Amino acid sequence: MAARTDLFTSPDYFNVDELLTEEHKMVRESVRNYVKKEISPIIEDYAQRAEFPLQIVRQLGELGCFGPTVPEQYGGGGLDYISYGLMMQELERGDSGVRSTASVQGSLVMFPIYAYGSEEQKMKYLPKLASGEWLGCFGLTEPNHGSDPSSMLTTIRDAGDHVILNGAKMWISNAPFSQVAVVWAKNEQGEIQGVILERGMEGFTTPTTHGKWSLRASATGELVFDNVKVPKENILPGVKGLKGPLSCLTKARYGIAWGAVGAAMDCYDTALRYSKEREQFGKPIGGFQLQQKKLAEMLTEITKAQLLNWRLGVLMNEGKVTPQQVSMAKRNACEIATNIARDARQMLGGMGITGEYPVMRHMMNLESVITYEGTHDIHLLITGMDVTGFNAFK
Amino acid sequence: MKILVCISKTPDTTAKIAFTDNNTKFDTGGVQWIINPYDEWYALVRAIELKEADPSAVIHLITVGAADAEPIIRKALALGGDEAIRVNADNHDSYYIASQIAEVAKQGGYDLIFTGKETIDYNGSSIGGMVSELLGLPYVSLAAKFELAGNKATITREIEGGEEVNEVELPVLVSCQKGMAEQRIPNMKGIMGARTKPLKVVEPVAVDTLTSVVGFGLPPAKAGVKLVAPDNVEELVRLLHEEVKAI
Ligand SMILES: Cc1cc2nc3c(=O)[nH]c(=O)nc-3n(C[C@H](O)[C@H](O)[C@H](O)COP(=O)(O)OP(=O)(O)OC[C@H]3O[C@@H](n4cnc5c(N)ncnc54)[C@H](O)[C@@H]3O)c2cc1C
Repeated sequence: MAARTDLFTSPDYFNVDELLTEEHKMVRESVRNYVKKEISPIIEDYAQRAEFPLQIVRQLGELGCFGPTVPEQYGGGGLDYISYGLMMQELERGDSGVRSTASVQGSLVMFPIYAYGSEEQKMKYLPKLASGEWLGCFGLTEPNHGSDPSSMLTTIRDAGDHVILNGAKMWISNAPFSQVAVVWAKNEQGEIQGVILERGMEGFTTPTTHGKWSLRASATGELVFDNVKVPKENILPGVKGLKGPLSCLTKARYGIAWGAVGAAMDCYDTALRYSKEREQFGKPIGGFQLQQKKLAEMLTEITKAQLLNWRLGVLMNEGKVTPQQVSMAKRNACEIATNIARDARQMLGGMGITGEYPVMRHMMNLESVITYEGTHDIHLLITGMDVTGFNAFK
Repeated sequence: MKILVCISKTPDTTAKIAFTDNNTKFDTGGVQWIINPYDEWYALVRAIELKEADPSAVIHLITVGAADAEPIIRKALALGGDEAIRVNADNHDSYYIASQIAEVAKQGGYDLIFTGKETIDYNGSSIGGMVSELLGLPYVSLAAKFELAGNKATITREIEGGEEVNEVELPVLVSCQKGMAEQRIPNMKGIMGARTKPLKVVEPVAVDTLTSVVGFGLPPAKAGVKLVAPDNVEELVRLLHEEVKAI
């Protein structure tokens, strides 16, 4: 199906742009132009075929979307968190799968190696991950342990100069195409540790997950470990316990908060344009109150979320953010984005279910986004526990 | 090799065009500024390509404009300029602007000066010619291709119905158009690097302003578009006959 020209213009009802620096705007413009040039023309076809556009890995590396907040000496961008957020917003404006690829690489693979890795590990992996020469994935979720990762069954056992890794991970983004995997497993003492796996290690396989109706242009797979011998120098020395993976998730969830708003902005923009062009009963459907209500509410929610994200970014830059604040923003962004996508889809009538417009793809993608990195319920429980002091998880 | 690229800011192509002060000034309220596309996509990117082929080359950027031109200068630096000079003057007279550029160029000793073929707002197309005259340099306009071998440039110009190939020794001034190079997107490294690249602000030299605008006018508003179904030839003929009166 021929892709429509990407006419996206970004809604900014409260002049949030005035809160951004020229550099922020330049970052956003670059990523927006990249999406218009390389993503919008191809993404619908890849999503329809459920194929990962592998070429984006090098492109995103070249553009600087992998690990933008990692210091430059390791190949990162040295940018601030608002730049990073805007980048994720623009990528997800194109497709949640493309943003996922970048989120995983930057926040879930490069970040733990940067924060908890040895100098040798940083020098070995970060520059190649930043440039897109290597793709990485992050293995936390298991077939029987999703929302409750602390009960994971994957283990490492000491065997002298190496450890033996056994177990399996499921729902792992980028897995089928990754050269590198950061995997979380329990040692003999039951402590969670991170290990860096490389493709080709004996006993390590990455079967692809088929049949997804969501994130179809992102590759998902399993990680299977059958007595994999992992050299001890591949263990991340700087962290033990659940806080290792959770700190990565905080970074990635931050990006999702921005990203989901990007998808919402694309849906709103598409619906707004359609409502002015499509005529029924002798006038544009945008002239009917029911459609105006949808558009007005979409824009209201987008505007609130833009301001929330901006503030979250400032707190992030100042090192004052709490994981609970990130949870609230991630949850809110996913909620408004899924609602906006559904309303926008309805506004497009029959056209809304086709790949002629990006809306149904966003709508289906967002079902993953609202589920991964902590489900909608789990983020609510995080806020609930934070405000009441009572743990309602178990 | 020293290359000077002249860049100017123009309104984004989607900007709403309106005038103030009795239709003598462009209304800049709410306008997004971009680098004039001919300056950016063709002149600057071709200069960057030359630098990629010869890493000893340096690229200077010049703009004659007020402080609000600085964001587009930073973007040009992010794309790959090495340093920038802003002549602090807000003036739309071509002779005035060309004189300021010539003054800076004289001191810089450039081998190559690139401009866009025109700006997409005022469409004057005169800066290149004027600067070359003021500097006594050869001028090749409307270049669609630029190749360099040692000190000799081979420049392909577009002319009515075909092309013309010129040879010229450096230094030379070239105005660039489509075909010279392809638009690039600044990457994060470039954007970060632009933070610390020098942007020098110099005051203008005293030069006469030879022209002034007495009025702008908008073209007549476009009439609405009527869509006719592809199989409804009768309706098309009727419209062409009765409404457009073309047949
Ligand atoms: C496309 C995609 C990509 C992914 N990529 C990755 C990746 O790269 N790496 C990775 O490690 N994981 C990844 N995941 C996994 C994702 O993080 C998990 O799916 C998610 O954490 C939920 O786990 P689960 O699917 O096992 O659901 P479950 O945990 O089984 O949850 C099922 C339902 O029960 C609810 N629930 C669970 N616990 C409670 C409770 N205490 N109270 C109330 N309700 C509860 C949940 O909210 C949910 O509605 C990905 C998932 C998808 C869909």
